[in-house]
Amino acid sequence: MRITLGLDSTSLTRRYPRLAVLASLFMAFGAPMGLYIAALAIFPLNTPERIDAMSQRWLGYDLAGSPYRDLVYVVFLLLVAFIAVNFAAVFGGVSTWVERRIAGRMQSRIGPNRTGAAGFLAWVADAVKMILKEDTIPGSADNLLFRAAPYFSMVGLLLPFVVLPFGESVVVTDMNVGVFYVTAVTAFVVVGILVSGWASNSKWALFGGIRGAAQVLSYEIPAGLSLMVPVLMAGTLSMQGIVRAQGGLPWEWFVFRNPAAFIAFFISLTSSLAEGNRTPFDLPEAESELVAGYHAEYSGFRLAIFLMVEWANMWIMAGLAVTLFLGGWQVPFVTDDMYKAALGTGLVPSGIWFVYQVLSMAVFTVKTWALVFLFIWLRWTLPRVRVDQMMSLCWKYLVPGAFLCFIVTLLWLLLVPPIGSTISGVALTVLTVVLLIKFLIATGRNIGRVKGDRVDLGNW
Amino acid sequence: MNLERQVLRRTETTDEEIVVNFGPQHPSTHGVIDFVTQTNGEVIRRSVPDVGYLHRGLEKIGEMVPYAGYMPFTDRIDYLAAMFANEGYALAVERLLGVEAPPRAKYIRAIAGELCRISNHFISVGTMAQDIGAATPLTHALRERESINDLLEELCGARLTFNFDRIGGVAFDIPPGWSDKVLRFLDHLDSYIQEWDRLITFNKIFVKRLANVGVITREKAIDYGLAGPNLRGSGVKFDIRRDMPYGAYPDFEFEIPVGTGRVGAVGDCWDRFYVRVLEMVESSKIVRQAIAKLPEGDIQAKVPRKVKPEAGEAVGRVESARGEMLYYVVSDGSEKAYRVRVRTGSFMAMAIVEELSHGIMVADLIAVIASLDVVAPEVDR
Repeated sequence: MRITLGLDSTSLTRRYPRLAVLASLFMAFGAPMGLYIAALAIFPLNTPERIDAMSQRWLGYDLAGSPYRDLVYVVFLLLVAFIAVNFAAVFGGVSTWVERRIAGRMQSRIGPNRTGAAGFLAWVADAVKMILKEDTIPGSADNLLFRAAPYFSMVGLLLPFVVLPFGESVVVTDMNVGVFYVTAVTAFVVVGILVSGWASNSKWALFGGIRGAAQVLSYEIPAGLSLMVPVLMAGTLSMQGIVRAQGGLPWEWFVFRNPAAFIAFFISLTSSLAEGNRTPFDLPEAESELVAGYHAEYSGFRLAIFLMVEWANMWIMAGLAVTLFLGGWQVPFVTDDMYKAALGTGLVPSGIWFVYQVLSMAVFTVKTWALVFLFIWLRWTLPRVRVDQMMSLCWKYLVPGAFLCFIVTLLWLLLVPPIGSTISGVALTVLTVVLLIKFLIATGRNIGRVKGDRVDLGNW
Repeated sequence: MNLERQVLRRTETTDEEIVVNFGPQHPSTHGVIDFVTQTNGEVIRRSVPDVGYLHRGLEKIGEMVPYAGYMPFTDRIDYLAAMFANEGYALAVERLLGVEAPPRAKYIRAIAGELCRISNHFISVGTMAQDIGAATPLTHALRERESINDLLEELCGARLTFNFDRIGGVAFDIPPGWSDKVLRFLDHLDSYIQEWDRLITFNKIFVKRLANVGVITREKAIDYGLAGPNLRGSGVKFDIRRDMPYGAYPDFEFEIPVGTGRVGAVGDCWDRFYVRVLEMVESSKIVRQAIAKLPEGDIQAKVPRKVKPEAGEAVGRVESARGEMLYYVVSDGSEKAYRVRVRTGSFMAMAIVEELSHGIMVADLIAVIASLDVVAPEVDR
């Protein structure tokens, strides 16, 4: 039997060519935008006081004294969770398409271009295919653990969304131990890797699982230490607090505020690459060595979960770096007071408040996508390091380096007057811009050096 | 070999060690070869290549078909560098017959062969980068190789299994305008090699992964009978094209690149990689010279319709992309060879894997296999 799904069925799109384009556009912008709008609508309302007040005002129902109060709160929480999970899934999907297109460009080939406009629906087709595939479990595998492993990874992926701020008020909850919480729950991913590696009862998977455990646990340390630098600078563990301590302009970001933070940013980025098993640290699933590593035995839906975790993790990694070092959602020239003034005292905030929120979400999204692009770029450029090199990089360079950054930041905060941070901010911003320009010039020169046919730029 | 595997399995495995098969189906073995590997965690204690999965009796086929009819089979011995397999066999039978290819045929053979060497080395260095974990260089290499495939397709109608050489000459003369296309491609290639070096050869991680890994000393390389770039990577300046000249090669000037230990020890994986990159440049020089000096004349010597050499034996030795390719053909005076024996570089390279495998990491084994540039059908034939 031929399964015709409409979206990738050739007959339908051939008859109505615009259908594919419209469906692609809807998925490309509609799905993430819809989730963003839903997040904007639900996240700020998600406090008991607001829910109570809304119920009082619009329904005339006094929720505070009602026996169903907790039930209503739970419904709201489920709504929030639904949005977060869907965002992770949609981002994971979209980023596979983005990655494949970028990889295609870098490798002078085309990449997916059949399903939907510019192949955008390829990720939907892939997901549907994977769900339709049989979920095989090897006969000699540990049945329960094998089935459970993907969910550990998924939990590790989804829990950080609780504190990741998408905008000024668009955050599920602003925990006062946010950074600590994130470092704690992301470790769940490694449980999934280790369990899947062990339960598969395959030598390749075991290699991958053990490598993954060693790698992620080691890199937790430099990652944690370098995350302490912005915590020190902001004086709080709360994610929103750290963003509020920064500003919208580059020299107000923590990454440039002192030289140690600048280094800590790169240490944190490297460590998160390693924790996310991205090239050059993709040892647990090194294709050329371990076939597929820890998910060698997985298929169907469970494999889809592992892959979703792998790609959606980029959002967590990038979002965390943006929040802690790159100014998060801070919009230039919009101050805290302006947000407060726009919010007003009423139940529904004014229109200008929503404009600010959308702006702040846009700023956060653009920065995060820029970092995601960096991760993709690195993946298709660099070779893979060896296990011992990965370990020595961590323990000999990153851990002492992160610790040094921590101490230097401490001393900087104690000894250098605030004007020092501004000078450092401006100087390092200028340095970064100069380096970027030099890099672009060198790249242009290198491209010009090759004679003959050049890469065809028309394949977008 | 089965015995060897049983020995590994039964007596030498302790609780800490596992035996794992790198192959026959594995992304990095470049064909169906099995590396039976005994490891203690990430550290390999011993790895034994188990060859023979791709044995197709190609030598035996040489005894079953007439001389001229064996030519298409030689393509299958080394599908990535089929020109050399053609040439070696043609050379051996020509010596058996006592004929010699006309100069133009020799030059065309050299041009086609060196283009084929470039294309083969692109695959070799590209897959090596892929095995080290960099995905992009391979597709770039394939893109460049595609141009060569197009050129060779124009020359002989096939992109992979050329069946181009004939006993006493070549099948086709070069088509009009083809030389200009080749020269244009070579201009691009010479500048592209520099981009390749910037892209991967001197990449910090790449160098760190390959420097001082799988070091084959000069003596060891000679003892194990390594051939071609594997041998030259260890600093031995030996090349059939220069030391036992055949065809048109005495007319050309070219360097023989050898490993110098530029980033590590002489004979490490990086040296073998870089020798191949440099050889592409040298091949480009040879093709330029051959096109410039290309003589006029026939492309086929007078060879009887039925090839029926006198009883005797002859050896054809060519410098293939994977090292020396030697055909030993024995005739009993009939229409079919009495014996065809092929000696190939890949098979020579297999023996040293076990020696190199002691105490290296799993990832290093992949680098070693990749740096030896093994092609499975050439090992098993």
